[in-house]
Amino acid sequence: MSYPDYTTGEPITDTKAPAGPIADRWDTRRFEARLVNPANRRKHRIIVVGTGLAGGSAGATLAEQGYQVVQFCFQDSPRRAHSIAAQGGINAAKNYRNDGDSIHRLFYDTVKGGDFRARESNVHRLAQISVEIIDQCVAQGVPFAREYGGLLDTRSFGGVQVSRTFYARGQTGQQLLLGAYQALSRQIAAGNVEMHARTEMLDLIVVDGRARGIVARDLITGEVSTHYADAVVLASGGYGNVFYLSTNAMNSNATAVWRAHRRGAYFANPCFTQIHPTCIPRTGDHQSKLTLMSESLRNDGRIWVPRSKGDTRPAADIPEDERDYYLERIYPSFGNLVPRDIASRAAKNVCDEGRGVGPGGQGVYLDFADAIRRMGRAKVEEKYGNLFDMYARITAENPYEVPMRIYPAVHYTMGGLWVDYDLQTTVPGLFAIGEANFSDHGANRLGASALMQGLADGYFVLPATINDYLARHPSSEPLDDDHPVVREVLAETEDRLHLLLSVDGDRTPDSFHRELGELMWEYCGMARTEEGLTKALRRIPEIREEFWSRIKVPGTGEEFNQSLEKANRIVDYLELAELMCLDALHRAESCGGHFREESQTPDGEAARRDEEFAYAAAWEFSGAAPVLHKEDLTFEYVHPTQRSYA
Amino acid sequence: MRLNLRVWRQKNAGTEGAMATYEVDGVSPDMSFLEMLDTLNEDLILRGEDPVAFDHDCREGICGACSLVIDGEAHGPERTTTCQLHMRSFRDGDTIDVEPWRASAFPVVKDLVVDRSAFDRVIQAGGYISAPTGSAPEAHATPVPKADADSAFEHAECIGCGACVAACPNGSAMLFTSAKINHLNVLPQGSPERETRVLDMVAQMDAEGFGGCTLTGECATACPKGIPLPSIAAMNKEWLRALRKAPRG
Repeated sequence: MSYPDYTTGEPITDTKAPAGPIADRWDTRRFEARLVNPANRRKHRIIVVGTGLAGGSAGATLAEQGYQVVQFCFQDSPRRAHSIAAQGGINAAKNYRNDGDSIHRLFYDTVKGGDFRARESNVHRLAQISVEIIDQCVAQGVPFAREYGGLLDTRSFGGVQVSRTFYARGQTGQQLLLGAYQALSRQIAAGNVEMHARTEMLDLIVVDGRARGIVARDLITGEVSTHYADAVVLASGGYGNVFYLSTNAMNSNATAVWRAHRRGAYFANPCFTQIHPTCIPRTGDHQSKLTLMSESLRNDGRIWVPRSKGDTRPAADIPEDERDYYLERIYPSFGNLVPRDIASRAAKNVCDEGRGVGPGGQGVYLDFADAIRRMGRAKVEEKYGNLFDMYARITAENPYEVPMRIYPAVHYTMGGLWVDYDLQTTVPGLFAIGEANFSDHGANRLGASALMQGLADGYFVLPATINDYLARHPSSEPLDDDHPVVREVLAETEDRLHLLLSVDGDRTPDSFHRELGELMWEYCGMARTEEGLTKALRRIPEIREEFWSRIKVPGTGEEFNQSLEKANRIVDYLELAELMCLDALHRAESCGGHFREESQTPDGEAARRDEEFAYAAAWEFSGAAPVLHKEDLTFEYVHPTQRSYA
Repeated sequence: MRLNLRVWRQKNAGTEGAMATYEVDGVSPDMSFLEMLDTLNEDLILRGEDPVAFDHDCREGICGACSLVIDGEAHGPERTTTCQLHMRSFRDGDTIDVEPWRASAFPVVKDLVVDRSAFDRVIQAGGYISAPTGSAPEAHATPVPKADADSAFEHAECIGCGACVAACPNGSAMLFTSAKINHLNVLPQGSPERETRVLDMVAQMDAEGFGGCTLTGECATACPKGIPLPSIAAMNKEWLRALRKAPRG
C-alpha cells in the first residue's frame, strides 16, 4: 500500500464547541453535557491506554467518579510514563505575581505561539483550567518550588512577558506525574482501577461504529488478549520516535494512535513536530537518543559558530572578531531568546553552511564565558549547576571551561488524533487526550504548556465530556472473542506478529528504524521542500518493502521479546512517516515548526498563507489515497499577524 | 575499546539462569552503558542468538527503568543511573559482570529484567494524599514553609529504580518507603493521613518480603538521586509515633 496522492473529502463543520462568548463556552458545554447517575457509573467500563500525565490523571479521576477503569501501560510501572522526563514547568494563569497575567493573556499567548493553527475554543478552555490544575496538584502534595513566605514561586519561560510557570526544580514533569500516579495508585488499591502494566495496545476494536475495546499483548508472556469497555481513551503520547533520534523515551511509540487511525480515527496535522534547539549533539552511530538541556540556558549563554567555514581550531583559540553570534546578529531585539523554531532553524542554517562545530560539524557553541565573567562562576553554578553536571557527564567536557555544544532535536509532536471539543475522535466512543491528540498547540507548542494540557485533559476535560457520551449510550451489547469483528481484529494482530517472526531476514529492527529516522530528519525535519518531501514519499514505500522481506526478529511471540515489540512499532512508523510527509507536502506554507523553504519572507522567516491554509488537516485512512478533511479555523478573538523577532 | 562481558542469562522466571560470556569490540568511550549493550544485541540478532533483555526507557536518568548490577554495584561504578553511565568509566580489555537486581522481592522476568511491582503495591498501601479531583482548595490557602517544601522535594526525587534494594545485603526497601513517607508526611496536606500512611506502607513493605534495615548504608550510597540515609531514621520515628497514637479502628 502507498499514498500516491490524496483526495479531499467533506470539510469538518461541527467541532461541538458551543457558540457564545468564548469565556462562557466551557461552562455551557459542561451544563449541556448529559450526566451519568452515580449509581449507574459503576456499570460502565472505560479503557485508558497510557499512564502519563493525561492517562494517569484521567484514570484516577474517572475511578473517583465511580467508573470501572481498565488501564494499560507498556512500562513495568505506571510511574515510568515519559511525562516523567519533562523538565521546565507548567503554565497557569494564576497572576500570583500581579504582573498583568490573566486567562485571556495565556489564551492569547498560546494561540499566537501556535502560529494561528489551533482552535480558539479549546485553547481558551485550557487557559481557564490551568488555575485549577495548580490547586489540584498542591492538594496532592506536589512539592512545587516555594518562596520563603511559604507561597508558590514562579519563573518566566520562552518568550512570554509574564512569570506564570510553576516548577519543581528541573523535575516538574516527574513531580506532576508522581502526583497523578499516586492518585491512580489509591484507586487501584480501592479496586476501582484494573491496572495492566507491561501490556501494550496493538489494535482497536470497533463494533457497530463504536469503540468497544482493544487488543493488547502481555509483554512478559506474549499472550495476545482482548479487553472490552463502553469507551476507550487513548493517552499514549506523541510520535516523535518516528525520527529514531529524539528526546522521547526509547519505547514511546505511535502504535495505539496509528492503529486507531486505521480503524477510522482521523489524524490531524501529522507534520506539526517541534524541534527543540538546545539538545546535546550526537556523538556517533551508536547514539540511541538525544538529551534535552533546558531552554533556560539561553537566558545567559551566547550562541555562536566560527565566522569562516571549516575552522577546526578549539573554541578558545578563535578570537572574538572571528566568531559569529548569529542569533544576536540576525535578531538584535530578541537575540538568543528567539522562539524554539527560529533558534533551531538558524542553527541548521549555519551548520549547512559548513560552520558547525564538533564531530561531524553538527553543533553550535553555547558559551557561558561572558556570563562567568559577569556573574562569577559561583552564581552560574547556583543557577545552572545541575545542567552543567549533566552535560559534563554525557560529553566528558567541562562547560565552565569550554563552551557547550548544542544541536536541535525532535522533542514533541503537536499533531495527533483529531478530536472535537469533547476530545472525542471521529470514532464514537474513542477519546484522545494529552500529546496523543492534536488539539491545543497549533503549529508550535510554547514551553511549559505540554504538562498543562496533559493534566487539563485528564483531570478536568475528559471526565466531564465522557459522561455525555456514556449517558447517550447507557448500555452496550456484550462482546466476546467469538464476535466476527473481534475474531478478525485478533487474527490480523496475530498474523502481523507471526509474519514479523517468520521473515527471518538479515536486518535488525533498529537498522530499519535508523534508516527511516535519518530520511525523515533530512526531508521532513527542520526545513522541508517539495523536492525533498517528494523524494521521501518515494523512498518510504521502498524501505517498507525491504522491511517486510529482510527483517530479522529472533525468538518467539510467546515470551518476553523486546525485538518483536520494537519491530511491531516500526511497522506503524513506516506508515505514519508517509502521512507526515504527505501532510507536509500538501501544506505549502510555513507555520510554526513546519517550515517550507518555498514559503518564506525575504528575511528567511516563516511565511504563513492564511487565505489557503488556515485549517487543521484531518486525514482519513482509506487503505489507498488518504482523504483530507479540512476543519476551518476562525479567529474571533486573536487576530492573525505575521510573527517578527528582528 | 574491546570488552569482555559476563552477562546473566535467564530465559524466564521459571528457569535457572547462568552467566554467559560475550566479547564486544569497537566500543566508544562516548557510548552509554546501555548503548554498548545495544551494539552487543545488534550482533546477537544477526548471529541468530537471543539478544540480552534489559529494562530501559528515558535514558536520561529520570524514569527509573534501567536496573543493572555492574561489577557487583547497583548502576555500576558512578553514582548515577545505568543509562547515564558512560563507557569512559571502563578500560580497554576490562571484564565486566552484568547482573539483574538481586532481591527475593524482585523476581527475575528474563535476563536482566526484574519484576518491581512490589514497589507499586507499597505506594498503593498509602503513598498518596487523598485529594479527589475537583476538591482542592486554592493553592495559596495553605502556605508551606520553604524548608518543609524543600525537604519534601528532596525525598520526592526518588525514581523508584530499586537500586537501594539491590545494594542492600538484606534486600530492604526501607530507603524507598521512607522517601515517600518523608515526602508526604512533612507537608500540611499530608498530615491527615500521616499515621495510617506510615503504618500501612511499612506493613505492605514487610508483606512483600523485603528485608529489614541493619543500617549498612549501602542503599544511600547506591541511590542515584541521593535520598539521604537519615530518611530511614525519620520513617522509624514516624512509625513509632503512629503506633503510640494508633487512631485506627
